[in-house]
Amino acid sequence: MKRQSSSLWTVFAMPGFIALLGALGLFAALLGDGGWDALAWVGLGLPAWYGLRGFFR
Amino acid sequence: MKSSTIRRWSSVHTWTSLICTLFLLMLALTGLPLIFHHEIDHLLGDAPELKEMPADTPKLDLQELVLKAQAHRPGEVMQYFGWDEDDSNGVVTIMAATAGTEPNSSHTFMLDARSGDVVEMPSANGGFMMTMLRLHVDMFAGLPGKLLLAFMGLLFVVAIISGVVLYAPFMRRLKFATVRHDKSSRLRWLDLHNLIGIVTLTWALVVGVTGVISALSDLVIAAWRNESLAAMVAPYRDAPPLTELAPVSRVLDIAADAAPGMQPDFIAFPGTRFSSEHHYAVFMKGSTHLTAHLLTPVLIDASTLKVTAIGDRPWYMDAMGLSQPLHFGDYGGRPMQILWAVLDVLTIIVLGSGVYLWVVRRRAIATVSAARAEVAG
Repeated sequence: MKRQSSSLWTVFAMPGFIALLGALGLFAALLGDGGWDALAWVGLGLPAWYGLRGFFR
Repeated sequence: MKSSTIRRWSSVHTWTSLICTLFLLMLALTGLPLIFHHEIDHLLGDAPELKEMPADTPKLDLQELVLKAQAHRPGEVMQYFGWDEDDSNGVVTIMAATAGTEPNSSHTFMLDARSGDVVEMPSANGGFMMTMLRLHVDMFAGLPGKLLLAFMGLLFVVAIISGVVLYAPFMRRLKFATVRHDKSSRLRWLDLHNLIGIVTLTWALVVGVTGVISALSDLVIAAWRNESLAAMVAPYRDAPPLTELAPVSRVLDIAADAAPGMQPDFIAFPGTRFSSEHHYAVFMKGSTHLTAHLLTPVLIDASTLKVTAIGDRPWYMDAMGLSQPLHFGDYGGRPMQILWAVLDVLTIIVLGSGVYLWVVRRRAIATVSAARAEVAG
């Protein structure tokens, strides 16, 4: 039981982090320009980076 | 997870995706140019350009703009005046045969607030970008088209959620972002599908859900008319139709007094779906980044010019207002637009690889059962 839940935690650690950062960025950019926008660029840039990197060895 | 549970989620994922994939592909493809519609309009020379004039050139009285508009399109009536945030001198003007004419049959152009000169907006009335927009919004099928796309959006959301559930059993033995390039093409695409699907999760969910909300906009507006607007204009229920409208010259000042600290977004003329038969409705937006997407209507009697009601903001109108930036990706500068496009293309790849994986698996199953039949025979 314990082993299964810890492996689930490992599997979703990075995806969860990326998802949360993405949500934070999408919301932040609604609040202002400048730094708020930059948060969205990071939050959306991370998924774009990982997605594109998958095509290269 | 038990293997029977996995099988059940797997079939949910397979079927919700398969049903919505063609529509989602169309939405992702037509959405791509729409992300850059301002830039494309500029490139094609379709963007309205106002003449250079000294910065302190005074603006015309608003009623004069109405007269200019009517002279430009005789026989039509005013529906809306809207203000562009890029250039406050450009007044987007929408006219049609009757005030109640549906939006796709209206004509949109721009008036220079200083001279009353007409500047055409070709891409707002037809052409390539309008075709993209109509395909994206309703596939030229009106309300049924919008509702069908809203349903496809819901299936997309279910496909995403079931995909996340299935991510765990697939990735138990793999490190995050592993793509097995050296094994079979199926494994490579399976890994890419899982990787891109999981990293684009938030973006795809947000764009999916806000797309569904936007697709339901006709219903949202109808609800607003039935609840909010009907209550505000109840005293006018038996009033005779107006034969003459008071000039709109001071309408913006009147609205600004009624809703201090807010800016006008658009004026809906009497008889349009954003107003009553007897009112100018000035929709005011808040002055912070966030509240600029939330609109408060100020209803002004179109014959006495008295403010008769300041609307509340029902949650569903706020949800619709906030859905727009979150769906368009136009609120975070050029980098956000580019990332929006990249994530859109990545979504196309997830959709395509999903279909590929389904075909390959079906072929494998067919081969196995054929082999079994041979052995048994």
